[in-house]
Amino acid sequence: MAVMTYREALNQALREEMERDPNVFIMGEDVGVFGGSFRVTEGLLDIFGEKRVIDTPIAEESIVGVGVGAAMLGLRPVVEIMTVNFALKAMDMIVNSAAHIRYMFGGQATLPLVIRMPGGGGHQLSAQHSHSFEAMFAHIPGLIVVAPSTPADAKALLISAIRDDNPWVFIENEGLYNIRGAVPENLPPLSYGSAAVRKEGTDLTLIGVSRMSILSQEAADRLEKQGISCEVIDLRSLRPVDWQTIFDSVKKTGRLMVVEEGWGSYGVGAEIVARIQEEVFDYLDAPAKRITGAEVPMPYNKYLERAALPSVEQIIEEASSLLGG
Amino acid sequence: MAKSQAVIESPPYGYDLSPEQLHDMYRKMVLIRRFEEVTAEMYTRAYIGGFCHLNIGEEATIVGAISALQPTDYLFSNYREHGHAIAKGCDPREVMAELFGKETGLSKGRGGSMHLYSAEKRLMGGYAIVGDAITLAVGAAFAIKYRGTDEVVMAMFGDGATNIGAFHEALNMAALWNTPAIFVCVNNQYGMGTKVERASAIPEIYKKTCAYGIESIRVDGMNVLEMYKATKEMVDKTRKEQRPTFIEAVCYRYRGHSMSDPDRYRAREEKQEWMKKDAIARFEQFLLDNKVSSQGELDSIKAEVENIVQDAVEYAKNSPEPKVEELYRDVYVPGTRVGRRA
Repeated sequence: MAVMTYREALNQALREEMERDPNVFIMGEDVGVFGGSFRVTEGLLDIFGEKRVIDTPIAEESIVGVGVGAAMLGLRPVVEIMTVNFALKAMDMIVNSAAHIRYMFGGQATLPLVIRMPGGGGHQLSAQHSHSFEAMFAHIPGLIVVAPSTPADAKALLISAIRDDNPWVFIENEGLYNIRGAVPENLPPLSYGSAAVRKEGTDLTLIGVSRMSILSQEAADRLEKQGISCEVIDLRSLRPVDWQTIFDSVKKTGRLMVVEEGWGSYGVGAEIVARIQEEVFDYLDAPAKRITGAEVPMPYNKYLERAALPSVEQIIEEASSLLGG
Repeated sequence: MAKSQAVIESPPYGYDLSPEQLHDMYRKMVLIRRFEEVTAEMYTRAYIGGFCHLNIGEEATIVGAISALQPTDYLFSNYREHGHAIAKGCDPREVMAELFGKETGLSKGRGGSMHLYSAEKRLMGGYAIVGDAITLAVGAAFAIKYRGTDEVVMAMFGDGATNIGAFHEALNMAALWNTPAIFVCVNNQYGMGTKVERASAIPEIYKKTCAYGIESIRVDGMNVLEMYKATKEMVDKTRKEQRPTFIEAVCYRYRGHSMSDPDRYRAREEKQEWMKKDAIARFEQFLLDNKVSSQGELDSIKAEVENIVQDAVEYAKNSPEPKVEELYRDVYVPGTRVGRRA
């Protein structure tokens, strides 16, 4: 079994899908000659040429718009937005076009489109380059939204995204590109709507979104030494959510904590906690909790930035207090 | 750098159009006019909801431009597109049914007046965010180039859309990648209530394309033959030479921006001046003067159109509403495992 980085796994998925289907092409800022600003598309220009690996002008709205128009005619564009921060420029096309076209034309248009972008903070990039917008995209009907946190999931989900006929927002994380993990040969595609139980436990369900699932696992390992058994779920798919896995876990543990990097109010955790109290309220032994990014524009100073992001220590502290420690 | 040229004079005669084609253009223009007049009436009588933007005054621009396309060519439109759909060959019954919100409508009652779509007629949709159709059309043109087929894509949009950022992004990409896209700016003088001179630093819209090296032309959009000729020339160039072209059609909308516009921002005299140049009246005169048609033939076309429009209304009235239990249909492709909530 090959061990590779998250970045390499994405690159492999793109390469294999482009080899498989001539309708698949890549478009984005610096995806070609530069090799991708996070090197995800490195080498693909050499293999597939300028026809299928297209460097675009810096014009996010139209990058997505051209992807939508091409998808409407049956191509399968994989559009890269350099980071989620710039996706705000493209929100009109993502919401008003990509997410709505099929429905508003009575189901007659099909958009096999993937919009990839990395999010997340922690690199001292301050307010305009550190966003986590999982909740914003997951809010929108018509989109499939995923946020893988391991190399294998990144590859398997991207393959599904490219083969699926719905528009996907595929959220990567700048802090994950260098993580390494096993990626089996002939990895089967992983569909949307499936969460992963990363660690089984009995006292508390810890749900991590994107990179926060890695922090949650680390916290769980340390909590175990304190005698607290956490079940860690990597959410992976935000629209749709794998509710069954979450409900089953909460029924077992009776306690829930959601960890996300984005702002808390109206966030992913807010949605999960709301659904938990609707569906499995009687199983809760304690109030469901959220650990989220601080609701400030991300500061540049490294100590302030650290304080604005969820940490392993914070998860441990909150988990201990939830369990009466 | 491709040249931009201004042509607004109308030559007296001489087009490679058969009498049948000329009659077809006349029929479509009259049909759009009557369809829209009856649409206004149906809106007032509350058969039609939401926003409703009419094409009255723009018939020559629409019919001239769209007649220059092949049936296999694609059209992306904006929210003022009832006439675009009719000119592209959509059944007026299905257009009216969509305005009525019925299941038999072009977009199954889900889109309404602003979102007409027909895969069969290659009407790729009316879009109600100003400028969106331009970018989407470039995407479609990109796909055609990618596949190496010989269709072209036309985007139709208003003068107001040329001030949107995406207009410039899209024109840049269209030219950069040599995509087969034809941009038709329907300059009807107003973006809602703001006159073109008050919104665009360059009110001669066709000049804007020089920044991208896109050949452009300004046409009398109140003259259907002039509009047809110019568009045909540009469509042929785009198809043959695989590069975008641009047409500014100078025309006028007689009604307000939408049915809910009290139209207080322009003088009655201005409107009357434009209506003196009415495209349908002028084309009628042309057909009579050049002995293409007799008055009797034109009258019978009008009668035929009246029947088509009344039949469309009856069809729309008698069509079923969409089923409420199908509210969630088509958010995703069939078989997608997403519930009613995330």
